[in-house]
Amino acid sequence: MSELVEETVRVEPVSTSVGTLHVPVDFTDVDLDTFRAPDVTSERGGQSFVAAFLENRLGIVGLGIVVAVTAFCFLGPLVYHSDQIHANILLTNRAPGRGHPLGTDANGFDILGRLMVGGQSALEISFAVALVATSFGALWGAVSGFTGGVLDAVMMRVVDIVIAVPAIFLLIYLATVFRPTVPLLIIVLSLLSWLGPARLVRGETLSLRTREFVEAVRVAGGRSSRIVGRHIVPNTLGTISVNATFQVADAIIILATLSFLGFGLPPPAVSWGGMLSQGTTYLLDGYWWEVYPAGLIVMATVVAFNFLGDALRDSFDARLRER
Amino acid sequence: MIGYTLRRLGQAVIVVLGVTVLVFLLEHLIPGSLARAILGPRASGVEIAAFNRANGLDRPVVAQYLTFLSHLLHGNLGYSYRLNQSVDSLVVHQLPNDLILVGIALALALLIAIPLGVAQAVRRNRALDHVATGAALLLYSMPSYWLGLLLIAGLAISSHVFPAEAPQAASAAGVLADPRALVLPVVTLTLVNVALFSRYMRSAAVDTLAQEYVRVARSKGLPARVVLTRHVLRNSLVPVVTLLGLSIPAVLTTGLVVEYVFNFPGLGLTYFNAAVNADYPVELGITVLVGIATVLGSLLADLAYAVLDPRVRYV
Repeated sequence: MSELVEETVRVEPVSTSVGTLHVPVDFTDVDLDTFRAPDVTSERGGQSFVAAFLENRLGIVGLGIVVAVTAFCFLGPLVYHSDQIHANILLTNRAPGRGHPLGTDANGFDILGRLMVGGQSALEISFAVALVATSFGALWGAVSGFTGGVLDAVMMRVVDIVIAVPAIFLLIYLATVFRPTVPLLIIVLSLLSWLGPARLVRGETLSLRTREFVEAVRVAGGRSSRIVGRHIVPNTLGTISVNATFQVADAIIILATLSFLGFGLPPPAVSWGGMLSQGTTYLLDGYWWEVYPAGLIVMATVVAFNFLGDALRDSFDARLRER
Repeated sequence: MIGYTLRRLGQAVIVVLGVTVLVFLLEHLIPGSLARAILGPRASGVEIAAFNRANGLDRPVVAQYLTFLSHLLHGNLGYSYRLNQSVDSLVVHQLPNDLILVGIALALALLIAIPLGVAQAVRRNRALDHVATGAALLLYSMPSYWLGLLLIAGLAISSHVFPAEAPQAASAAGVLADPRALVLPVVTLTLVNVALFSRYMRSAAVDTLAQEYVRVARSKGLPARVVLTRHVLRNSLVPVVTLLGLSIPAVLTTGLVVEYVFNFPGLGLTYFNAAVNADYPVELGITVLVGIATVLGSLLADLAYAVLDPRVRYV
């Protein structure tokens, strides 16, 4: 990334003088945006990024599965109608067949339709958690790394403390104290997921803050908030977006685990983990359709997000190598 | 090194104190009050006041925290009113069971993952590497209970090779006396950790293989086996030692889920049961322990890293 930085800096006559610091320039009328950090989606970078991504077959597979699962969950119910609210005791534990391609569960709910509804909350919560946790974590890490000193030490100890207690223990505890709802789960999961991105972005910030373009903004009188917001954070977007993808995968697993243990959204809400937990009761009876479809869709979705994250990381790396 | 050790120790103490503050705050999140949660909705105001007085809950928050801390320092983790038993005695009874489960699983995971990772690195991008990477990714992407359920469905229900339930003895000796029942929980926990460790081992070994000293060792005619064991393996183990210390939260999380799935008599299952019964003191006591274990793990990982790799120098 540094070579492109130098390239951008060289193109701008003002910033050249700033870089070497021997020409006194009146900066009052200089638009600070001429010091803009190289944009991660700049045309050249953008093209090679997409090209690198398209070469990664697993990434394409991952993206395909993510799109398919999202469409299945959100568009599926428009095409495939099933009643997921009223239990039907005349229809319990039916094997897959006419009218119910994946059978019915112990309350007579259609499994195929239930997978769709369960996926909606899983995807909504996981996407929201990835967004909130990654943005907050990135900002925390950037401020901490950029400021340094005592504030950095304090901010990083806060991360150490919250990371020290494994999330599942805190989640279960909080689920017993509060009644889980979608917004609450998003908040709590985010509170426990921003620590990874905070550490990652702090690491990147430590190396970014000594770069020339940051020096240039500082010399030009740019305030710290501007440096962090317009230069440091945009430059960590690669790391951030890769991390956000993995965050979605992690959130799906932890949500499925929470609801499997019975600490997820209470009924009548539907969740993949809840379906698995209920289906497990009938494992001995051989009602495979109550266990395997839910387990497989969780696994497929998480694998897909992991493929996607790996491919994004490789593509960002490839783009960096090309420069 | 001494300076680094002291500084790192100081940091760990601060983080442990922070964990106790966090847990103390969690205790105060309980809706209503701890007294209400324990005495139940029908308790009268007088009874609640008496409970608060007896447990020092009517004092200022800071004083309460200091008492909480002093109890912890004296090894008092709290008292379960539901089980009518101190959390300490629960821990003393069940920790050995957890150590058996986690200890065997971690040892097996390392025994499998280390050679596997090196083999993958040596035969990079060949069939073995692809199969192992794919398997690790699958294992890594499934909730651990799902793996446990698959094993139960395949090995306990379809074919009665192993029992579906963990040993149901209360003591560690009893758990060890029933090795067949231990197999499925141990295998589940082992496989999850193999997936984690082999990925790191592979990338560490790939890095080591690219080093100059490996080329020198090869070109001076050392047999491949000696190069692998003496140079590649030993140098690749350093990051894995760190990973072992840092993996404590992941191992405990998986442990909790595995204990639930197999009904294993350990602290994870106790934590789950406490959560179901709103037995807050047990939940909080175990949470403190888990937090301390995590901090100790990462402390040991950092120190071990400095000792094992003499090139790493801390000022």
